[in-house]
Amino acid sequence: MSSMSTVTVRGRSRLGWNLLGLLVFVIAGFPVYWMLNTAFKPAKDAIDPDPSLLPTGITFSNFSRALDIADFWGPVGRSLIVSVSVVAIGIVIGLLAALAISRFAFRGRKIVIVGILAVQMVPLVAMIIPVFLLLNDLGQYDKLSGLILTYLTFILPFTVWTLRGFIVNIPKELEEAAMVDGCSRTSAFIRVVFPLLAPGMVATSVYAFIQAWNEYLYALMLLSQENQTATVWLGNFTTKHGTEYAPMMAGSTMMAVPIVVLFLLVQRKMAAGLTAGAVKG
Amino acid sequence: MSADTTTPAKVPPPRQAPPPLPVAKRPARDRSSAGTPWLLLAPCLLILALVMGYPLVRLVTLSFQKFGQSQLWGFQPAESVGFDNFAGVLGDGEFWAVVVRTIVFAAGCVIFTMVAGMLIALLLQRVSGWVKTLVNIALVASWGMPIIVATTVFKWLFDADYGILNAILSKLPGVDLVGHNWFASGPQGLAVIMLLVVWGAVPFVVITLSAGLTQVPAELEEAARLDGAGAWGVFRYVTLPILKPIIVMLTTLSVIWDMGVFPQVFVMRNGHPEAEFQLLTTYSYDRAFVVNDYAQGSAIALLTVLLLLGVVAVYMRQMLKIGEVE
Repeated sequence: MSSMSTVTVRGRSRLGWNLLGLLVFVIAGFPVYWMLNTAFKPAKDAIDPDPSLLPTGITFSNFSRALDIADFWGPVGRSLIVSVSVVAIGIVIGLLAALAISRFAFRGRKIVIVGILAVQMVPLVAMIIPVFLLLNDLGQYDKLSGLILTYLTFILPFTVWTLRGFIVNIPKELEEAAMVDGCSRTSAFIRVVFPLLAPGMVATSVYAFIQAWNEYLYALMLLSQENQTATVWLGNFTTKHGTEYAPMMAGSTMMAVPIVVLFLLVQRKMAAGLTAGAVKG
Repeated sequence: MSADTTTPAKVPPPRQAPPPLPVAKRPARDRSSAGTPWLLLAPCLLILALVMGYPLVRLVTLSFQKFGQSQLWGFQPAESVGFDNFAGVLGDGEFWAVVVRTIVFAAGCVIFTMVAGMLIALLLQRVSGWVKTLVNIALVASWGMPIIVATTVFKWLFDADYGILNAILSKLPGVDLVGHNWFASGPQGLAVIMLLVVWGAVPFVVITLSAGLTQVPAELEEAARLDGAGAWGVFRYVTLPILKPIIVMLTTLSVIWDMGVFPQVFVMRNGHPEAEFQLLTTYSYDRAFVVNDYAQGSAIALLTVLLLLGVVAVYMRQMLKIGEVE
């Protein structure tokens, strides 16, 4: 592509950059690699003071130990119930709100936008005390419904704001054209906007699902031991007698792989939506 | 400032758009749509008022009350104590140590995240396609890792007896870290936790900045180069100003997130962070759920929120500016 004279110079400096890039790859990827490496390692190799960097043989015994140590499917089921409910409620209610702030001009719109943005900024940790007392008063402590309700505090602002981003990128003219052709506002939305919005909604749902699935503090505080969710389940590997690292890495792998795969699927769409707005500013 | 200049420019278009519609229909539509947005917003606002608004108010009132075990179980009514909780918290030397520790910790996280993120984003522009793909895979995988899993993995990497890090570092000449406990001292342990936070936060920054970098016009950089700017000059005077809105947004978000670090410390220290590891978040949690002084815990949480308010304001201004332009 470039002229012959510069090719070697450029090639040499590119080699340097590539080596640096590979170093970044190794450092960034190492924790993930080591998790997988340990998970599939025979347990006795995991407690070798001079561990081998390469796999020393593949075994699934850590996984069966991880499944034995404490009930796994119960927490996973509870996490699924919570995450799916939160996403279903969040996406429907969030879509309505996102439509209101992106497609209607009304008095107080700006205040609502500022409010939703501000709510997103309150650290969840700061809220744990009053939320705990609120659920205690409502009789929702140690109930999945209580956890679902509290997760909406961070899922709702997120879905509203993200969906708003996707909606404003759909030209208003399309809707207006449909309305000129005789559609009502509602049917213009359902026939024109909704199909264009669907991919964004899927990405937002998946992302919200991941956030709900990964939440730890509220799950730990608002549910008792026998109702624990998947993230809290991972704490079972550390007892007074020490930590069973190899099964713990197997457990981590089981937790992480589905989430990372989901994440890979939607990440591009989410990042694009985010920066599309940012660069315009 | 720019928000003021863009507002008047933004308002007219929607007014001009309707004319093609039949004139008779317009007033009806306007009237019906006056209530519609609030109707659409109602469920969202109701839920937020219950799970966010009410607790926020409760957080404030709690921090002016005496609220311990007996109030929690309803044996005693919560009585107002004025500023006692704040006086108690602010008069405690430990609180100030925690504040300083939190700020240093968060500042370290943000600076390392932003600098590393920027360097990697710039690096990705210069490497071959296949290296870029590899780095992106590693970044997205670490980004997607649940925080709890990442924390657990780091705990294993830094384990005193069997951790891979001690083993690798001890192979270097003159380094003997066999059996070294990284969590024996607060600063060292927090440095490890900082590394964990940065590792998890860098991918988002890299990917967002990379997307931003593709928007920097190549002609501008070319022109600067022809005018004699070096690599640093091009970056400083062309790339950086164009990326500024994204950088402001990322930095403010990072500050907010890194001031709120909780599970990383909590899980690393097996649920009982030692005094040397306490950050504002864990300190507030400790006061409330370990010491059972919910009121002082709330006061600490409230002070944390107040501390963040300035940063949040900058973030919101940036977001609203973006909102204006569309």
